[in-house]
Amino acid sequence: MRPVITVSKLSKTYASGFEALKSVDLEIRRGEIFALLGPNGAGKTTLISIICGLVNPSTGTVRVGGHDIISDYRAARTMIGLVPQELTTDAFETVWSSVSFTRGLFGKAANPAHIERLLKDLSLWDKKDSKIMTLSGGMKRRLLIAKALSHQPQILFLDEPTAGVDVTLRAAMWNLVRSLRASGVTIILTTHYIEEAEEMADRVGVILEGELILVEEKTELMRKLGRKRLTLHLAQPLQTLPASLAVYRLQLANDGHDLVYDYDDALGENAGITSLLRQLADEGIVFRDLQTAQSSLEEIFVGLVEDRA
Amino acid sequence: MNRYAMAAIYTFEMARTRRTLMQSVISPVLSTTLYFIVFGAAIGTRIPEIDGVSYGAYIVPGLIMLSLLTQSVSNASFGIYFPRFTGTIYELLSAPVSYLEIVIGYAGAAATKSALLGLIILATAALFVPLHIAHPVWMLLFLALTAITFSLLGFIIGIWADGFEKLQMVPLLFLTPLAFLGGTFYSINMLPPFWRTVTLFNPVVYLVSGFRWSFYGQGDVSVAISLAMTLGFLVLFVAMIAWIFRTGYRLKT
Ligand SMILES: Nc1ncnc2c1ncn2[C@@H]1O[C@H](COP(=O)(O)OP(=O)(O)OP(=O)(O)O)[C@@H](O)[C@H]1O
Ligand SMILES: [Mg+2]
Repeated sequence: MRPVITVSKLSKTYASGFEALKSVDLEIRRGEIFALLGPNGAGKTTLISIICGLVNPSTGTVRVGGHDIISDYRAARTMIGLVPQELTTDAFETVWSSVSFTRGLFGKAANPAHIERLLKDLSLWDKKDSKIMTLSGGMKRRLLIAKALSHQPQILFLDEPTAGVDVTLRAAMWNLVRSLRASGVTIILTTHYIEEAEEMADRVGVILEGELILVEEKTELMRKLGRKRLTLHLAQPLQTLPASLAVYRLQLANDGHDLVYDYDDALGENAGITSLLRQLADEGIVFRDLQTAQSSLEEIFVGLVEDRA
Repeated sequence: MNRYAMAAIYTFEMARTRRTLMQSVISPVLSTTLYFIVFGAAIGTRIPEIDGVSYGAYIVPGLIMLSLLTQSVSNASFGIYFPRFTGTIYELLSAPVSYLEIVIGYAGAAATKSALLGLIILATAALFVPLHIAHPVWMLLFLALTAITFSLLGFIIGIWADGFEKLQMVPLLFLTPLAFLGGTFYSINMLPPFWRTVTLFNPVVYLVSGFRWSFYGQGDVSVAISLAMTLGFLVLFVAMIAWIFRTGYRLKT
């Protein structure tokens, strides 16, 4: 299937001379949830801003639904809804007029029924006639989402949607995102919270210092880069490890009560668990219990960042 | 054309006007009334007729022009500067609207507002002095043309400004002095020849003169020149806006 967004060799050098994006190539698939991960200043917002038309690219091209974002900006932008990172709203407008305004801007005839449904979905219905300045931060965030969805876009960009949003609201937001995806909307979100990407995304891209260093299916990424850790709780504490076990690079923890084995999950049968256990038995080391743990995306991410440092 | 977008911007701006109705209408009307009381009733009775028109009536077109210029510029500049200031400009930039549509929306609303204001001031003036409008159609044409032209200038200023001081600087430091010195309160033919020549470099002279001609059938310069100058400004500002949009000047990084 043709990708819904194609970014090719996209670079951005700001007027200050700062190179915020370095030849980024990226394809977003129709209907997926794509999480863009990266530390502060990595270039996430810059990438989104170029795709949405807020920032001029220095070199490279972006196509949205096959339309070039510059030469065919109308068709490209009509498909997109953007929830910006900053809470930028008017102050004196009402919620209702602000959402209606956005719909108009995107070239759609008024549709009060759609806006009513949106505001209800986002629990803003009782605020529809309130001035925006009277809303709380979380409500403003939801208002921005309502505005972004006011023209029924096929692609939704969420730039750190959960910043400043409480747990209940966050859950509600993810439900909305899932239902949007179910209705065929492609979603690109940025986040610092790796659990969010882990929970929500179909695919994950990691951006660091303007370079997209990795794009992967979330499950594949976790499988490929995921380290697994086997912890054996010993019946008798050990002071030292027998030399015969040196190849496994085992570690003793918990005052010698625990034996820790880190292995690469991708190795599958060659990970050596069977032989390790057999050798332990040969050495007469008895364990009461065991557990395995898979490293989270968070650990993977931190690992990637450290590898480059 | 994305007419929904133009309509959205236009109604958004007009709604802003309605919210601030008091300050946007009352204050110009009040200041104009003060001018009439001071110059028309108090001092004006001691000033002889100019070109066969009583002084109180003579200053009406100039006063309307004065409000029209300053209001068009400040409305339009504020209209586009404010979203830049708050950051809500992101919406405009991400929307499928052309720059032309943005200008039509913002400058159109600003021009509408200041033209309405001009008419309100005209009505106010009619309460104080006997008014006579020789060429009503031309009067409306000049009114609309000036409102549009200077709303475009305001739009340019709103994009150029990077602070509220700059926003207020142009109306305060340039437009008001130029309007006062541009024959709002007197005929430039009353000036000594040297100063008359200097004054001819003041663009406002042509605007006021043309507008006054539409009222009383005579101006300081010929109406054709006035019209040509007004259109000249229009073209100049349109060209500047075209350049701004081609380069993304101060709008996009
Ligand atoms: N207008 C600008 N002029 C100059 N440099 C800029 C501009 N905007 C962003 N930058 C720089 O570009 C880099 C990338 O910024 P960007 O906002 O894209 O990061 P980000 O990944 O979204 O970060 P965060 O997670 O903090 O939101 C940063 O170093 C930033 O300082
Ligand atoms: Mg950001």
